[in-house]
This record gives sequence, structure tokens and C-alpha cells, in this order.
Amino acid sequence: MTLPIPEVDRLQQRSDRAAPIAGRATLANTVAPLLTVEELRVEFPSRDVTLVAVDGVSFSITPGEVLGVVGESGAGKSVTGAAVIGLIDPPGRIAGGRIMLGDRRIDNLPPEAMRRVRGREIGAVFQDPLTSLNPLYTVGRQLIETITTHLDLSPRAAHKRALELLAEVGIPAPKRRIDQYPHQFSGGMRQRVVIALALAASPKLIIADEPTTALDVSIQAQIIMLLKRLCRDHGTAVMLITHDMGVIAETADRVAVMYAGRIVEIGPVSDVIHRPAHPYTRGLMGSIPSIAADRESLAQIDGTMPRLNAIPPGCAFHPRCPHVFDRCRRERPELMPVGPTFAACWLHVH
Amino acid sequence: MPVDAAPAIAPAVVAPTAATPAANMARLARGWDSDLAYSFRRSPVAVVSAIVLIICLGAALFAPWVAPHNPFDLATLNLLDALTPPHGLPGAKPEYLLGTDDQGRDVLSAIMFGARVSLLVGLAAVVLAMLLGVSLGLIAGYGGGKIDGFIMRVADVQLSFPAILIALLVDGVARAVLPRDAHGSIAVFVLVLAIGVSNWPQYARTVRGSTMVEKSKEYIQAARVIGIRPLGIMWRHLLPNVLGPVLVLATINIATAILTEATLSFLGVGVPPTEPSLGTLIRIGNDFLFSGEWWITIFPGAALVIMVLAINLLGDWLRDALNPKLR
Amino acid sequence: MPTSAQPLVELENVARYFDVSPPWLNRILERQRRQVLKAVDGVSFSVAKGETLGLVGESGCGKSTVARLIVGLYRPTRGEIRFAGRRIDAAGPDPAVRRAMQMIFQDPYASLNPRWRVADIVAEPIRAHGLARSSRDINARVGSLLEQVGLASADGAKYPHQFSGGQRQRISIARALATQPAFLICDEPTSALDVSVQAQVLNLMRRLQRELGLSYLFISHNLAVVHHVADRVGAMYLGRIVELAPVNVLFTSPQHPYTRMLLAAVPDLTRTGMPRTAVAGEVPNPLDPPKGCAFHPRCPYADERCRREVPRLKHVAGDADVTVACHAVEEGRLAQEAFTAA
Repeated sequence: MTLPIPEVDRLQQRSDRAAPIAGRATLANTVAPLLTVEELRVEFPSRDVTLVAVDGVSFSITPGEVLGVVGESGAGKSVTGAAVIGLIDPPGRIAGGRIMLGDRRIDNLPPEAMRRVRGREIGAVFQDPLTSLNPLYTVGRQLIETITTHLDLSPRAAHKRALELLAEVGIPAPKRRIDQYPHQFSGGMRQRVVIALALAASPKLIIADEPTTALDVSIQAQIIMLLKRLCRDHGTAVMLITHDMGVIAETADRVAVMYAGRIVEIGPVSDVIHRPAHPYTRGLMGSIPSIAADRESLAQIDGTMPRLNAIPPGCAFHPRCPHVFDRCRRERPELMPVGPTFAACWLHVH
Repeated sequence: MPVDAAPAIAPAVVAPTAATPAANMARLARGWDSDLAYSFRRSPVAVVSAIVLIICLGAALFAPWVAPHNPFDLATLNLLDALTPPHGLPGAKPEYLLGTDDQGRDVLSAIMFGARVSLLVGLAAVVLAMLLGVSLGLIAGYGGGKIDGFIMRVADVQLSFPAILIALLVDGVARAVLPRDAHGSIAVFVLVLAIGVSNWPQYARTVRGSTMVEKSKEYIQAARVIGIRPLGIMWRHLLPNVLGPVLVLATINIATAILTEATLSFLGVGVPPTEPSLGTLIRIGNDFLFSGEWWITIFPGAALVIMVLAINLLGDWLRDALNPKLR
Repeated sequence: MPTSAQPLVELENVARYFDVSPPWLNRILERQRRQVLKAVDGVSFSVAKGETLGLVGESGCGKSTVARLIVGLYRPTRGEIRFAGRRIDAAGPDPAVRRAMQMIFQDPYASLNPRWRVADIVAEPIRAHGLARSSRDINARVGSLLEQVGLASADGAKYPHQFSGGQRQRISIARALATQPAFLICDEPTSALDVSVQAQVLNLMRRLQRELGLSYLFISHNLAVVHHVADRVGAMYLGRIVELAPVNVLFTSPQHPYTRMLLAAVPDLTRTGMPRTAVAGEVPNPLDPPKGCAFHPRCPYADERCRREVPRLKHVAGDADVTVACHAVEEGRLAQEAFTAA
């Protein structure tokens, strides 16, 4: 669709997307990865069972790359993000695997060291911009506090940097806005402030957990644009966690599809969307209503995602899968190459 | 957090299904298995408090049968036994474990009978305050507007008087209105009324707050769309959902009510000495405190403290257990 | 397309204002003025029998208030609401109308009483309206309702928390169908659901419409969903309908600049890596809406008249089914060929 609405040309410029991403068919990157997650397992012990929220998840993100993590509620995508920034609330715990930031292992860091990593090297943007900001402090104070915590700057320099950040995330009249409180900002503007906070110490990686879900469609587009532009300008990598395939489609370079705590498919975004290899991804794509498609009844996946205390044996998707066969019920498939993507499905074993 | 929100309390409040013995057994099993029961078993403080409380309740409830003496049966009193010290002290007698008072009444038995009155007054007062407060709170919260304003202003005015003052006032009015000899027989009711009336605003406030939260939820709107009348919505939809905090408040308030009763009795406006409560016993014993017969006042006092402490600790545990944020 | 003479539901110039003034004492002491939120300000439309009217708009545009006005949760400040030709805005709750009109809510976790069994939730309207007397009749009816929405009748013995979001929304639908209504108001019925579950619920709603001849008012912020279910679509902005058109027309040749903006903001799965067209600006504070056309501060075509005069919903020349509230469209200032569907 082309539209006659001006004044956003700046934002409309097509991003020069990182070329090395396309067509890659190996899990190991040729570029040294920024973040590597190997066989991550996150458990939530409850009184009679231990719930496994994330089970054997492996992926990596290269510098400057946007990795989308998509899945329905309860798929484990947010828990994966929380594990990377070390924000799993007790009694939950990382029960296995490794998380590497560059060459450094970060999943077993003591809390104090992890706090320095958080903010300095990994920034975070969460769903609700209102609860991410402290309502009692001005936006400027929160920004300056974050800046001086992580960077060795004088108060004046920090103030200057805060103003720059606000201007960079597109907040008009930053000199006036810096002394205002979060409630004086609209939802979209608040999310911009949260992004400014995440960027404050110029981290190499941002974990964005449903950053646009609480926003209206027109504001969503603005925020996504902003995230993309900032990542391009700063070379920041993003782990974009969302349930919205539309947001993934226009933002991510690669996408990981999660189901019941595991990655069922991972690959370049256009391949996963246009040629999904896993039956779950196929069903998911078919169930998204589109204004381009005709109004036939939507493809639907029958049933619901299993609860964590009742994950079926074998492939967790097998009770809902239209192509299920005997092996799916017995054996759990690992990710295997299918063309340019990887899918965890026995259909692709010949 | 993948925590299942189990119905924490009384899931079967409105279920109109027939209660067969088998269903009751199943419900019992489910109750034992519920998160609340689990949290109870895991909390030593709650378990000890409950045991202490059950002993207190049992002793009070079955006082006529389990008490070693009947302190109010004048025929059994022996003035020669007056002021016997408790066990372990010189001059103690084996049949009076905690000693006797100036009239020769067994202190242990008096405590058991006194706790009976104290608990009765405490429970009844809390039930009265709850009835008043919960219904007024529901009406205020659901009705809103002028009704809400009126009820809550009355509550504000009442809260600005200390509970004891109100109790004294009610007691005074009752004394003035009723004939002199009638007062003794209805003293307990006056106490219940006084304490109950002075406590209702707390319940009204709590219930009003949670009613206003629940009222905005869609299941209330759904009930209105279906065409359920306001009373039906309040009784069947709102009440079961606002009762949690009220139960916590009530538990802790039983302790407060018992203390208020004790205070009033201590001040002499409570139950008459012929039918003493713990507070009356403490007051009577107070006169002997400095003449060396400390046990007459200390043991009823200790009983009061233990009972109130157990109730309070249980209430605290209940509050935490019902608060999903602290779990 | 609707053809029957009398519409099932009609709204005529309906408005609802909320007094959101600070308390009296604050107004006196802090010299604050009375504040009125015009949540809905003059909305007219009709829904024919068997039709689905979609209502789209961003948060705060008043679409949910419209739903609550129709079912009688709010009384309109002015205007008329008619159901099957009878006025329903002034009178108290009329049981017959209540039965014929039911609502499905957004949040499947809040719209079911957590302390009730599912069977009692679904049976509540049946009991309230005396549609079945004996408990055996009620149980049979509840069982068939649960099966109608794709649940098992044995599920009635469970509590809501034992179900997933999609299943709860099915329970909501079963409860709404219990009175055999003719008209269902659906306020964002799928926006709290995951996409695969959303597809299940949307398909179920379409099947029920076919089988039972239901009319829907379908409110959503998700244009793709509305495109999927609606026959006609109204776009709302700050309490007013700015465009009302048949679904194919609205999605292929939207007229109002706001509708165009909304459509452009829908993410397009077929074009990966392409950013959507972002529109500058945000929805203004509804307590202090702009003068004239409420959209003019964000509108690239706004001129002096737009800043001064509120545009009225008018038929577009050449198409009797399309109405638009825009001076620029009316004056032909907007190039028609500018919008071409992808």
C-alpha cells in the first residue's frame, strides 16, 4: 500500500538490512555471535511438580541483528528473555545450559556483576511503559541516574546525554519534557522514554519484550520504526519478543518460533513466514487474519497449547498436529536443517 | 509466572449442587490439597497457633465438663481454700493447679469459664460488625454516588471516636434506659452491641474498596447485561469475591474485640462479677496484685495474651496466604 | 448485504458524556473547571438482521462506550437507541429486550465469576429469565449450549480457572447464547487471545451466525479481524464515526484520511522487512479535543474550514452505501487515485 501522507519520509527510508543474514543455513554463525544461548533450561519448582518453562533452547544473535522470538502465551518466550538478562524471579531458576555474551558466560554471574551487565551491556524494554518508569521521579532524573550508574560522566555531561537521548528517540521539546513526570507523557511517548533508558549506556543488545503490545496501531508503527532506526544507527542487536507476527515480519532479520518451551523453528524471517517448515508455524501463519486475503474461514489449529504441567511426550505439538505419525508420539525431534531454516519436526527426516 | 490461580477460599460458596456424602468427601480431599491447606501445613507458626487456639476453644467451650471445679457454684466453694497459691509454691493444694482467689474459687476453672464469656462476646461482636459492615460496604461500593457518600461519612464520623468511647456510650445509654436489675442479665448483649457497632466501619471500608474493584470487572457487567437485579449481583456475585480480606480482618478483629471486652470489663462497664469474663477476672485480681497474691490476676492475663496472640498470628498467616503477591 | 426494511438496531445521534470533574472541594480550592469527557458524541448507525457491523478505532475513541450504551450499561446523554423499532434508551431494563441482546466481553479472565462453576455461569441467564424451570431442563440446556460452542457438557462442573483463554471465551459465548438472543455485541472478543485461538473463536462466531441468524456489532482495534468478520465497517475517532462503508469498499478505497492512516498502519505479513507507514502524532486528549474536525492536527489535508467546522457524516457522491465525515472528501480536495490497494 502506498499512501499520500507526507512528513514521515525520514522514517520511511528502507533499512539497509544486514546482508549476511539471508540464506544462511547453519546454526553456527560465520560472524562471531554477540549472544549465544545453548541448551537453556528454566524451571519453576512448585509444590508437587517442577514446571519446565524453557527446555533446551539454543540460539545466537550477531551484532546488529534483530532476532524475533514469537510464540503464544505460555510458550516460554518471555522467560527466555528474562533468563538472558538474569531476571528470573525465584523460585524459578536456570537449571541448565549456558548464556554467553561475547566470550563471557553470564548465566552464572553473581547478582552484583549481573546488575552491571544489565543496563551497561544489555538493555531492556518491556510491554507496559507505565510500569517500567517510576511514577515519583521525573523522566530526566531516571535517565540521568541510569546514565551515571553505568557511565563515568559528570552530572552536567549526564544531563546533556539525557537530553540527546530524548531527542534521539523523537521526543519533541526535550528541554521541557526532561523535567516532567511519566504520567505527563502519552503511552507512545512513555515507550520512547523507556527506549531512551534502555539505550542510556549504549548497550550492545536490547531485550524488547512485547514493546508495542500496549500501544495503538498507529503508535506501534512509530515505535517499531524508532527501534529499527536506532539499531541501525548504533549497531545494537535486538531480541524482539512478541506474539505479533506482523511486528516480527517488518522488524526482524531472523525469527525463532517457540512452542511449549522449545524452539520449533528458527530461520530468516521471510523464509519462516512464506515457507514455514514446521506444522505449528504453518498453522500459526494461516490463522492470522489479513486484510489482503479474502474472507474465507481462517485456518485454525484445533486445541490449545499444553499447560506446562502436562506437556505431551515426544513432540509437544503432536496432539494438535495434522501430520502426526507414530514417531512424533515417541521421540522428541531436535532442530534440523530444512532449506534455509531449521525446524524440529520428524516430517523433514527422509 | 506460570502459577495456577486456584480458588483460594471457599470455592463452593454458591454452587447449588446437591451435597452428597461422597461429594463432601471429595470436597474435603480437595480442601486438604488446596494451596491454602498446603500453606498452612508449611507454616509452623500457623500450626502452633491453631493448636493453641483449639486447646483454648475446647477448654472454654467444654468448661462445665472439663473444668476441675465450678467456680460459680457457691455450694462447692470453701472460704478456707481462699488465696491458695499455685503449684510449686509453699501452701499449694493439689486440687487447685493455679491457686484460688479471695473467695476460694479455682483460678484455672475461673479462667476457663471466663474465656467462654470473652470468646462469646468477641465472636458475637465480630459477627455483628461483619453483618453491618459488609452489607453497608456492599451497598456503598455498588450503589456509589450519594448512598456511598452518606454511608462513608457516617463511617468516618464513627471512626473518629475510639471504640472504647462508643462502647462506653452504648453501655451508658443501655444503663439509663433499662431498669437497674435488668442490666446484669443483658450486660453481655450490651457489650456485643457496643463492640460490634464500634467496629463496623473497618469492614465497610474494606468491602467498599474491593467492591469497587470487582464492580468494574466484566463479570459484573455481564450479570447486569443478563438482567440480574442489584441485590442479586451483590449477594451472588460480589459477596463471594470480596469476602477474602473480610475474613482476614475478622480473624484479627476477634482478638481486638476480646481485648476491648476485657478493657471494658476491667473498667467495670462490662459483664458483672457474677459471670466474670477474663477482663473481670483481671480486674478482681488487680486488687490483690500488690498484696502478694499475683496469681489471681497474672494467670487470667496470661491466658488472655496467649489467646489473643494465637488469633493474631493465625490472622497474619491467613492474610499472607490469601495475598497472591506474597506467595 | 442487508435488505430487510426495518433495521434490528438503530442509533440516532447518540451521545454519552461523562463528568470527570475533580471533586467539588478541589474545584473550589484549586480553581479547577468542570470537565466533561465526550466519550461518544453524536453517533448514528443501524444494524440489519443477520448483519455484522464492525466498529474500529484506537483506544479512547468511544467504541466500547457505544457497546455499553446499546446494552443499557450506560444511559445516553442524548439521542435515541431503537431495537426492532422500539426505543430502549429511556425505559428501564425490559426483560424481553435484555434477552434479545447479549454481550461478549474482551477479557476472558475477568468476564467469568471466578467462584462459580461453569454450569452455573451458563445457567444464570436461563434462571434469571425463567427460560427453564426444572433443574433437569436447565442442565440439559447448559449441556447443549456448551456443546454448541465446542466444549463438553461435562466441562460444566469445572471452574473458570481450569480453562484456557480461548475456552473461557467459548464459555462467555455460551452464556450469551443462553437467552437465544438475536443480537450480540462483541467488545474486542478476541484481542486478549493468541492468534491460533483467535482463529478458532472467529470461526466459531461465524458458524453461530450462520446457524442462528445472529446479528453482530463487532468492536475491535484490529482491522484485519474486522475485515474478516464484518459486512459493514464504521471507523471511529474521538467519539464520532468518521467513515461508514461496506467492508470491501472501506478496505479497498478508504475515503477519510484517518481510515487511510489506520489501514496503512496495519502490519503486512507479505512484505517482510518493509516498515509500515508511520503517521506522526498521537490521539489528542479527549478531555480537550481539537476544535472543528478532531482529526485536523494529524491530517495532511486540513485547511481553515477543518479547523473551524465539525464535518458531518455525508454520503459520498456516487455511492449510497458510503458515508464520510470529512470536508476534504466532500469538496473533492482529496485525490481519489491517491489510495491504491496493494
